[in-house]
Amino acid sequence: MNDDVQRLPVVTDQDVVRVRQLVRTVAVAVKLSLVDQTKLVTAASELARNTLVYGGGGEAEVSRVHNDRRAGIRIVFADQGPGIADLDLALTDGYTTGGGLGLGLSGARRLVDEFEIETEPGKGTTITVVKWCR
Amino acid sequence: MPLSPDEASRFAVLLESNAESLAARWSELAGAGLRGRLSGAELLRQTRDLRTAFQQALAAGAADVNDEAAAELRAQLSELSSNRARQGFSATETAISVFALKEATLQVLGDADDAATLRDYVAFSAFVDRAALFTFDSYVRVREALISDQAEQLLELSTPVVKLWEGVVAVPLVGTLDSARAQVVMERLLQTLVDTGSPYAIIDITGVPAVDTQVAQHILKTVVAARLMGADCIISGIRPQIAQTIVALGIEFGDIATKASLADALRYVLGKTGKRPVR
Repeated sequence: MNDDVQRLPVVTDQDVVRVRQLVRTVAVAVKLSLVDQTKLVTAASELARNTLVYGGGGEAEVSRVHNDRRAGIRIVFADQGPGIADLDLALTDGYTTGGGLGLGLSGARRLVDEFEIETEPGKGTTITVVKWCR
Repeated sequence: MPLSPDEASRFAVLLESNAESLAARWSELAGAGLRGRLSGAELLRQTRDLRTAFQQALAAGAADVNDEAAAELRAQLSELSSNRARQGFSATETAISVFALKEATLQVLGDADDAATLRDYVAFSAFVDRAALFTFDSYVRVREALISDQAEQLLELSTPVVKLWEGVVAVPLVGTLDSARAQVVMERLLQTLVDTGSPYAIIDITGVPAVDTQVAQHILKTVVAARLMGADCIISGIRPQIAQTIVALGIEFGDIATKASLADALRYVLGKTGKRPVR
């Protein structure tokens, strides 16, 4: 079950900041702890920037989710970019094709509770992350 | 359709002969949309000036707002929209001030119901439309200029480099550290290091809400650049949630000294230089 789905385009650097602000607002609303808020916001920032830089722009979708025991936030980043050819390599710490630290994707995975990635060369990439309240 | 020279001169005469009643009606119509935020006298003065500019442009045979003959009119319209933009009026309110001329003119035309008058009026109306669009464009230009000015001011404001102690400078970072700001911070810090001859620099990130890999990379580059110049950098203001996030992300600050607060960082530097702060 989910409600309050909010979508934001990710096309400019400013959009990355907007995604971050939206995620923080929703994180506060579902009463995530300060540490978890910071982790989720940082993960969202990494993934939104990946969507922009490597995916050539796309969309972020932020929604509140519930299971029987707790509440959480789900964020979906989708782009129609070139996709990721070698997922294992892309998830290796320190591997980068863009001159960054190579920790964005792998680090973001460690910052959230659920991390799912769907990608195919030439068909774009969709990454879904979930963070649950403790 | 453009205004023919005949039509232009007919309307110039019309605007001339009904100068006062037209300006009065025009400012009344324009004022209705502004809900009293501009005084009646001020508005009347503006519409009088505009009416004169319109009349002169038409008398000089202007068929379009972009004609040579309408240069004075364009200047007046630009001034109007830049004033309105700075006073906080919306683009619609500004454009309506010009559109109101059409209704005011219709009343001056009276009860004429022949086809020629109608054709004249339609041509004149198109002329006013283009004038209003011109106003709209200059309004947007002024607003954009205001925004970029403010962005620049913000960039300047948000990156001070302060001297904390003899030989110790600090950069308190506040807000989002994007590439443009990181560049400004680095330039300022390196220049201040040269100007003050300081061997120590403290980068305080208490005001940075989230440290992601891009922010970390910018900070690391700044530290490396400062080191190349012989200065030692300390990063302070690492709060618990930021520390945990940095660990989870896998960012390593290597042998760069990091401290929880600016006070700790200053104490650390003073300890290294052998100076003891007097309590």
